Amino acid sequence: MAGIIKPTGKPAKLADGTQTSIVDGRQHLLLLPAWLIIGVLLVIPVLLMLTYSFLVQDFRGGVIWEFSLEAYDQFFFDRGLFGDEPPSIEWTYIGIFWRSFVQALLAMIFCFLIGFPTAYFIATRPQKSRAFWLFLVTIPYWVNLLIRTVSMKFLIRDNGPINTWLLSGGIIDEPIGMINTGFAIQLGLFYSYLPFMVLPIYASIERYNFALSEAAADLYSSRWMTLFKIVIPSVRPGIIAGCILVFIPSLGAFLAPDLLGGAKNFMIGSLVEEQFKGQAGDWPFGAAVSMILLSIIMVILLFYARAQNRQNDGGH
Amino acid sequence: MRKFATLMGAAAMTVSFAQAASAEKLTIYHWFEYIPQELLNEFTAETGIEVVMDTYDSNEALLANLKATGMGSYDIAFPSDYMINIMRDEGMLDTFKSSELSNFDNIQEQWLNVSFDMGRQSSVPYQWGSTSFMVDREAYSGDIRTSDIIFNPPEELKGKINVLDTAGETLAFASLYMGIPQCSNDRSQLKKLSAMLEGAKENWASFNSDGAKDVLASGDVAAGMIWNGFGAKARAERASLEYSYPKEGYLVWADSAVLLKDAPNRDAALKFMDFLLEPEVAAAITNYARYTAGVKGVEEFLDEELVTSPENNPPADAPAGTFVEVCAPETQALYDAIWTQLKK
Repeated sequence: MAGIIKPTGKPAKLADGTQTSIVDGRQHLLLLPAWLIIGVLLVIPVLLMLTYSFLVQDFRGGVIWEFSLEAYDQFFFDRGLFGDEPPSIEWTYIGIFWRSFVQALLAMIFCFLIGFPTAYFIATRPQKSRAFWLFLVTIPYWVNLLIRTVSMKFLIRDNGPINTWLLSGGIIDEPIGMINTGFAIQLGLFYSYLPFMVLPIYASIERYNFALSEAAADLYSSRWMTLFKIVIPSVRPGIIAGCILVFIPSLGAFLAPDLLGGAKNFMIGSLVEEQFKGQAGDWPFGAAVSMILLSIIMVILLFYARAQNRQNDGGH
Repeated sequence: MRKFATLMGAAAMTVSFAQAASAEKLTIYHWFEYIPQELLNEFTAETGIEVVMDTYDSNEALLANLKATGMGSYDIAFPSDYMINIMRDEGMLDTFKSSELSNFDNIQEQWLNVSFDMGRQSSVPYQWGSTSFMVDREAYSGDIRTSDIIFNPPEELKGKINVLDTAGETLAFASLYMGIPQCSNDRSQLKKLSAMLEGAKENWASFNSDGAKDVLASGDVAAGMIWNGFGAKARAERASLEYSYPKEGYLVWADSAVLLKDAPNRDAALKFMDFLLEPEVAAAITNYARYTAGVKGVEEFLDEELVTSPENNPPADAPAGTFVEVCAPETQALYDAIWTQLKK
């Protein structure tokens, strides 16, 4: 270990002139930058969020430093507009979560349906032209997400190019109402996160040994069977990574619901944004919503990891 | 050694530049599309003070961001009347003496002793105007002098309405429509308000504030709530738009430039306020934003069409406008709940 590190590190010559591996026994120090990044960018913010979710809301932003479960109570229980009716289950926020999960799940499925063939196509091009195809995939992402979302809005609005073209072609008589609908939100999510599906799957397929497909064909496997029994299981890590990379940011998106969905219905991202930037100014509630979302995602990932382990134990 | 000296020299220069920049910088927090960049350049040319501007799209966002970033990062902000009261209660405002501003006497009489800042101790008037709605006359030719257009729309306008995504103004406007107080604690009134809004929402296309002009001008919606000056700009792009002064009442507001507590550069802030009170500057802002200035002597610098524009001149039989009121925190919480319920 030390031998590997020595050439890249500072000259390992100490004041007394002896050559020594100064990193011996201190390798863990080399992890310090990583720990620092995790600590500063992950642990501290999450702890802050957790703390704030248990505090009392100050009027219009800010918190009062008193312990309270009010934020979580508000999420789960409906006590009427005036807060004095007997508590019943609050469906408002569960509905917002449901809507967001459905949208994110759909975005993930559509991204996979388009992203997998795309990645497969790119990975099976000759080595030389692959870079070009990847380059094409990334071009739109040189432009800021906000601008791309607004452009999408211009495309699908009632008198935008799509409707104008369909109208002038006599295909429709009335503009198709696409803007300010759930469809528009879905389109925005799909478009925003598609490359996050393509790139990891591409990386997996590129490493896939195509001799396996040939072997399968030799053994009278049909193309579909090869795809489902050989290719997809082999590139599964890339597919999973792609799905997670699309699903999770879609859950928290607020640009698409705001700009394309007309801000009529909250999604999780816009609900949280409203607590911090908007009228409500309820920081503990915003923090609580974020913590609940974080917990749900962690549970999902834990279940996935356990299922994965069990499969590995059984399979090998 | 020579190299070292050069380096030190460069370092010293960098430091002195940095100091010069930090001593002569003014940081303002302003509404979107509310001041022409040329005016900021002019101020810099006159005083040598560089102006850095961030923008927000509602009074509530201004308050929330100031609370989140803390005081001491901005010198000046531009809240509306009711928000000035809230910010003062939060201890966010600094005060000045009228003698500190050489143009203090340029403030119009009607905007000097205002309820939100008696005698103007923390603020100077910026622009004032009204909040109501516009209708595309090509889409609907009937009577538009009623807020039914927004809350109980005729068949032609259903599904083609945009409302402002600012809870304060939209809820106050709805209260005027229903003829109930803005800060009501009456259960049946609040429930009716909530039910009315949820019913009306069925006919709305979107909630949008900073795009309120664009959705009207592009024809995406055929009616939409808007501020009068922003509406004048929309009409410049689409002539068939008409601003309404509804019989149920409409909102008026007065934005002011306020001196923030712990302003990093108080002197520059006062210079900028003085600058804003010059008639020519106030008129240039009016010509740009299409609202009305609160400064004396602007008339000769105003664009001619502004003097007669329908957005700035309510018809003789229009009711007087109403200011947004500040509710007590417990009451405000009810309105926040109605808003969340509306957008769930």
